[in-house]
Amino acid sequence: MNLLEIKNLSLFKEGRPILNNLSMDIWEGHVHAIIGPNGAGKSTLANTIMGLSGYRDFEGDVLFEGKSIKALPVDERARKGITLLFQEPARFEGLGVSQFILAGAKEKSRAVVEDALQHAGLSPEKYMRRAVDKTLSGGERKRIELASIYAMKPRLVLMDEPDSGVDIDSVKYIFAVIKELRHRGSTVILITHSPEVLKHADHAFLICAGTLVDKGEMSRMFDYFNGKCVPCVHVGQPTVDAAVQPLAAN
Amino acid sequence: MAEQAIVDKEALLEELLASINQHKFTPDVAHVEIHGNQVLNKNLVDGLMVEAESIEDGVKVHIRVKSGVTLKNPVNFCFGLIPENGVQRIIIDTVIGEGAHAKFIANCTFPNAVNIQHLMNATITVEKGASLSYFERHVHGPNGGVTIVPVTKVLVGEDARFSTEFELIKGAAGVVELEYAAEVTKNATVDMMTRIFGREGDRIHIKEAAHLSGEGSTGVLTSHIALKNRASATIENELIADAPYARGHVDCKEIVQDDARARAIPVVQVNNHLAHVTHEAAIGSVDSKQLETLLSRGLTEDEATDLIIQGLLS
Ligand SMILES: Nc1ncnc2c1ncn2[C@@H]1O[C@H](COP(=O)(O)OP(=O)(O)OP(=O)(O)O)[C@@H](O)[C@H]1O
Ligand SMILES: [Mg+2]
Repeated sequence: MNLLEIKNLSLFKEGRPILNNLSMDIWEGHVHAIIGPNGAGKSTLANTIMGLSGYRDFEGDVLFEGKSIKALPVDERARKGITLLFQEPARFEGLGVSQFILAGAKEKSRAVVEDALQHAGLSPEKYMRRAVDKTLSGGERKRIELASIYAMKPRLVLMDEPDSGVDIDSVKYIFAVIKELRHRGSTVILITHSPEVLKHADHAFLICAGTLVDKGEMSRMFDYFNGKCVPCVHVGQPTVDAAVQPLAAN
Repeated sequence: MAEQAIVDKEALLEELLASINQHKFTPDVAHVEIHGNQVLNKNLVDGLMVEAESIEDGVKVHIRVKSGVTLKNPVNFCFGLIPENGVQRIIIDTVIGEGAHAKFIANCTFPNAVNIQHLMNATITVEKGASLSYFERHVHGPNGGVTIVPVTKVLVGEDARFSTEFELIKGAAGVVELEYAAEVTKNATVDMMTRIFGREGDRIHIKEAAHLSGEGSTGVLTSHIALKNRASATIENELIADAPYARGHVDCKEIVQDDARARAIPVVQVNNHLAHVTHEAAIGSVDSKQLETLLSRGLTEDEATDLIIQGLLS
């Protein structure tokens, strides 16, 4: 069953297609990875699904549970259960970690905050009194973002490079949260550059120059990380024309 | 007749403290409550002197913390007026003796204000090696009928520290004319923080200045202001560094909504090549990335904005 359907989605910036006629089905309860080189359009796709400003004007459609969400503002999409873990999360002066985590949680209690922090591998005693401000390290901020999403219990989570800036010993918390989210029935879209993270997906999409180049079971998509990207001439020079060829060839 | 006066005094005291959610103090906590031009109650501790005399429209207060004394608990002051109209003029002269350390908390409360003027004229001297942290919280009624004009001059002696926080977030601000000037001598530190939420037709003018005249002195001036409706604010922060190794920073953030207007005038001046002063000012609507993060957690735009402002003013 498709929770989300992306239909012939194209998005232009300065006259250039950043997303180029993308169609993707996101199955409910699965963990989907989106992989591809820098500048491929992965974050753009996530931002477009979330409906952030600057990503509202596109061709094609995005359906959630079979209904178009194209006209819905961010908060209404979020109240339907869609959320985004930002690649570079915002900093908030003076806003307490607990307040931030509870902002999106349906159940507002200290226990919810503690549970979420613990799942992100952060000690509640140490972090509950901190603010979500500039004084947090990049990895700490990222894990608080993870805790916030965990507390929200979303239907669909877009995770934009959840592991970037997180140390080797702590990525296990991210994997545990992904596992727990799926266990609870959430659907996850995982944007990543890491084969370790890819292992936690069932299924993956390979995007290059805004175009879907390949898709398939997670195990098959490792070739991309082994330097064996689908045969095409775009390496280091992703252009739409170059990327379209391999799909046609397949 | 005398009995009636006592009853009135106690009722006033109770009302004053209730308006700031404060009820009982333990005997080891110093506190002074002043209503209009009348000292209602006073409890002092060793090493602290507070003398107050009534003047026509207010009080003159002398405060001294004896040299070498560290006050264990903060001293709680409560200034206010319960009636709707009136003037309260406070003339305060504070000396923190050499090596002494103290914290003052001042609550200024005008819960029923329709037309009230609260005029404060303060001089503060923090002597060598001493420290004073001063926190002033204003509680106004919903109607904003208050004009507050606090003018404070501070001398921070060698190796001394002075920090002040001014908070006006509950009730309508009314008209605020706040002026602070600090002279910061050798290796001394001053830290001024102002947090105000202006609504409706509130008019806010803040002028904070620190003169870093001593070698190694430091000064941080911070103003966080949120404005809604038709409120307006002008924030002038002035930091002048004259001495070697003087360090200063000005931070002015104003979130503006609706038809509110804000103006920031940071002045930073360095008269010695070994001094260093920085400033940052941000005025405008709520940061869009912060807003979208909270929207993506399901908050409405109003809820998200309130939360961001609450953080800025906390
Ligand atoms: N506002 C914009 N104007 C012009 N180009 C843009 C704009 N926003 C994004 N782009 C371009 O769109 C492309 C896709 O960007 P996007 O951030 O989606 O890439 P990504 O796949 O997430 O890359 P990374 O792996 O580096 O995070 C990039 O080439 C980027 O420079
Ligand atoms: Mg990206």
